[in-house]
Amino acid sequence: MRYLPLTPEDRKAMLATIGAKSVDEFYTDVPEAARLDGTIEGLPDHQGELAVERHMAALAGKNRTASEGRFFAGCGAYKHHVPATVDHIIQRSEFLTTYTPYQPEIAQGTLQSLFEFQSQVAALTAMDVANASMYDGSTACAEAAIMACRVTKRRRVVLSGGLHPHYAAATRTVCEAQGIEVVQLKPGIDDELALKDAVDDKTSCVIGQSPNVFGTVTDLSPVSEAAHEQGALMVSVFTETVSLGMVTPPGEMGADIAVGEGQSIGNPLNFGGPYVGLFATTKKNMRQMPGRLCGETEDADGQRGFVLTLSTREQHIRRDKATSNICTNAGLCTLAFTAHMTLLGDKGLTQLAELNHEAACQLADALEGVDGVEILSPRFFNEFAFRVPGNAEAVLAQLDEKDVIGGVRASRLFPGKGMDDVIIACATECTTEDDIAAYAQALKEVL
Amino acid sequence: MTMNSTGRPTTPSGGETMSDIQTVSGSRGLMQHEDLIFETGCTNKTGVDLPAPKGLKNRLGGVARKRSTELPGLSEPETMRHYVRLSQKNYAIDLGLFPLGSCTMKHNPRLNEKVARMPGFADIHPLQPQYTVQGALELIDQLAGWLKKLTGMPAVAMSPKAGAHGEFCGMMAIRRAIIARGEIETRTRVLVPASAHGTNPATAVQCGFKVDEIKADKRGRVDMEDFKAKLETSDDIAGIMLTNPNTCGLFETDIREIAELIHQAGGYFYCDGANFNAIMGRVRPGDLGIDAMHINLHKTFSTPHGGGGPGAGPTVLSDALADYAPVPFVIHDEDGYKLVEEAEGEGEEAFGRLCAFHGQMGMFTRALTYMLSHGADGLKQAAEDAVLNANYIQARMKTVMTPAFDGYCMHEALFSDAFTADNVGTLDISKALIDEGYHPMTMYFPLVVHGAMLIEPTETESRAELDRFCDSLEAIAERAKAGDESLKGAPYLAPMRRLDETQAARKPVLRWYKPEPEKIAAE
Repeated sequence: MRYLPLTPEDRKAMLATIGAKSVDEFYTDVPEAARLDGTIEGLPDHQGELAVERHMAALAGKNRTASEGRFFAGCGAYKHHVPATVDHIIQRSEFLTTYTPYQPEIAQGTLQSLFEFQSQVAALTAMDVANASMYDGSTACAEAAIMACRVTKRRRVVLSGGLHPHYAAATRTVCEAQGIEVVQLKPGIDDELALKDAVDDKTSCVIGQSPNVFGTVTDLSPVSEAAHEQGALMVSVFTETVSLGMVTPPGEMGADIAVGEGQSIGNPLNFGGPYVGLFATTKKNMRQMPGRLCGETEDADGQRGFVLTLSTREQHIRRDKATSNICTNAGLCTLAFTAHMTLLGDKGLTQLAELNHEAACQLADALEGVDGVEILSPRFFNEFAFRVPGNAEAVLAQLDEKDVIGGVRASRLFPGKGMDDVIIACATECTTEDDIAAYAQALKEVL
Repeated sequence: MTMNSTGRPTTPSGGETMSDIQTVSGSRGLMQHEDLIFETGCTNKTGVDLPAPKGLKNRLGGVARKRSTELPGLSEPETMRHYVRLSQKNYAIDLGLFPLGSCTMKHNPRLNEKVARMPGFADIHPLQPQYTVQGALELIDQLAGWLKKLTGMPAVAMSPKAGAHGEFCGMMAIRRAIIARGEIETRTRVLVPASAHGTNPATAVQCGFKVDEIKADKRGRVDMEDFKAKLETSDDIAGIMLTNPNTCGLFETDIREIAELIHQAGGYFYCDGANFNAIMGRVRPGDLGIDAMHINLHKTFSTPHGGGGPGAGPTVLSDALADYAPVPFVIHDEDGYKLVEEAEGEGEEAFGRLCAFHGQMGMFTRALTYMLSHGADGLKQAAEDAVLNANYIQARMKTVMTPAFDGYCMHEALFSDAFTADNVGTLDISKALIDEGYHPMTMYFPLVVHGAMLIEPTETESRAELDRFCDSLEAIAERAKAGDESLKGAPYLAPMRRLDETQAARKPVLRWYKPEPEKIAAE
């Protein structure tokens, strides 16, 4: 077996050093009834690279990639171009095959990149501080809800109707376990401001999203003001990080906690994971943040260096009194994010955002020109909701026959909510004018 | 896995500074000095060439960014150098033995990386129509099949994103089962051994339970007397969270009795599967009477740790809990594979949803590739080699260091600091290992052993590599026994000397700030 260096002779010699007759002696603590003879039934024996690669390639071959045909799906996962440099960097052994940087003297590579990541996320969101990442945007959202309950010592969370329903569901799961009440506002394409009227003096936080799951962008400042008046926190969510190159960032809309999905920067679609959760807050609430934090310090020679810090919040020190049970984070995905963001810089990010927005504007114009289509998102960044005459699922299936994945049907995300005729479509820098024309033409033929 | 830093010094003290040749650049030969991107980059520089926007009228409705992000950019060559220079300050499994106990730092095969990057896996969207991603769903189903067979369990929830997330999944399923029995008001107590990973008690609390700590006995196992005493009143028992093999690197000999007693008490058995590498292919947790167990794909099944993540923590469930598994899950009928995404209809009993989309697909591809490469025979051999390697280290080191417990260990060898002189300790030994070219072992964990040193070599190491490591550790241990004061200054040869963690926590600097204008002028 190619991954195992010990030879039969090594094993024999090592057993002799130990003074054991066979490895079976090491397993004598296992209750006899649970000891297995031979290998586990129903599983194949080891195989060479070629055979394994063939098996996996056959599975991969049964999937249709986002680069085949015209592709317009978004809603929390986005098809972007990732520079070749990024994938090379994250495949360097020293980043790929290292552990959480608990020994800072030999982990400055990981630590400095995390410090830079935190600084980038703070700057992007216009917040004071950011952590070293969460699993993904949805789990970051759930953690924000329970953090707000810790900060305010209140037990009610209000979710907007434009919050990604998977984020809402993940948040409900975590809150339910802790007996925190969750108020879910009804789905709405342009209803983020309804949060204003849902906040009261029992509310720990309101959670709004911009751009929301329907693509609608909203200035959440009035919601923040209403929340703050009642002593509640404002949690501002985004699923498309590229939008921050162009739209008002959470920190400038009064957010106390900003959470988002960072996949768009540096990370491929990967069928939904692994992604990278962004989490930022104000200096005031810094010590209530979940997850790992990297901070600046000095070594014994006075050299600047970085360490994991404020770990007295974390489970390995605080155990049952920790702010969260999170341990593993998004590690390598944060590296992909920070390396891609370093290549972009403000200039590149702004340009990328503009290209995304213009592609979406052109797509909206083209689809609006098709009879019966109504654009529903009044303000948007790179995705928007629109109504088709008839059933969206049937329309998307017919579009697919013309090689167009036309977006995500709202009824998949909001089943049974009367949104059977709504499609959410996304365009990015990968979308060509040709793609847009092909979509409009196909839709014309289908409707 | 994590290390506990309670009781260890976090501010550098003692030891001589090595007399060094100073350089103008701050670099030292191959070890290049590297500033922050915020110090070297600028906002009008970029490492990407994008087409110029057309200048169309925007449709943001006034919700537009008014100030620059101030994010620095670098050209491509500068970016490449930045990260390559940083990378050279990291230790990694590809450089050498990485004996972090409870972390299973094994070789990460590159075939895994190649497969994960196949466009058919990396370039598919989680919300594409399901008929366009049948291969992805089949892959999830195949991986689930391997996990169920290896553990002897009937069901598995695939969406947890890491070990602690898997714990949360399992404990939520337990919570839902207790709700179904109408006992959630009373069954609130979860037993957790003192030696447990910190995530266990944290998870129990996050699921709304109270933690009741059980003692360890002199053999490093659950103290059965204490355990039984905790069950004397049992109508408030929700369950137990137990790691097996446990965090002392030992198999819980009484595990079947523990399972029986907890079930008799009306509770459920959560097993922390962090140490599954020791027993895969040799013992099926399902035969031990457990109800739920997460499997760290990033430990046992070789998906890379990546400097702290991403992980994946699929969680196997017993028949008693299977119905409560979270959405989404994959089902299979004559029409093919299908995702059940909502907690209604087929997903009616689900306790809810853990995260957006369907789990860590990029980790699933790697883990299945690893399983297929090893096969049932190779996985069993890997477990045996991991255990053999750990026992070899224990055998070689037991004359100079103090084994925490008698007898053979499983996949990791545990020592206490009893053999060291008073002036030096576990931290010093760890840092001295860095100078020898090794990553330190897990320090000060588990908490039940004084100055714990937990060494997990994994099956990746050759006999020659183990001997080299033991030679180094032996020499350091002798110095520690003699009270060699110079240990306190270690490491001397790493990219950095000991870092001041106290200062970092007292005045946290968590991001780069633009220097004040007057400060720049003064410089």
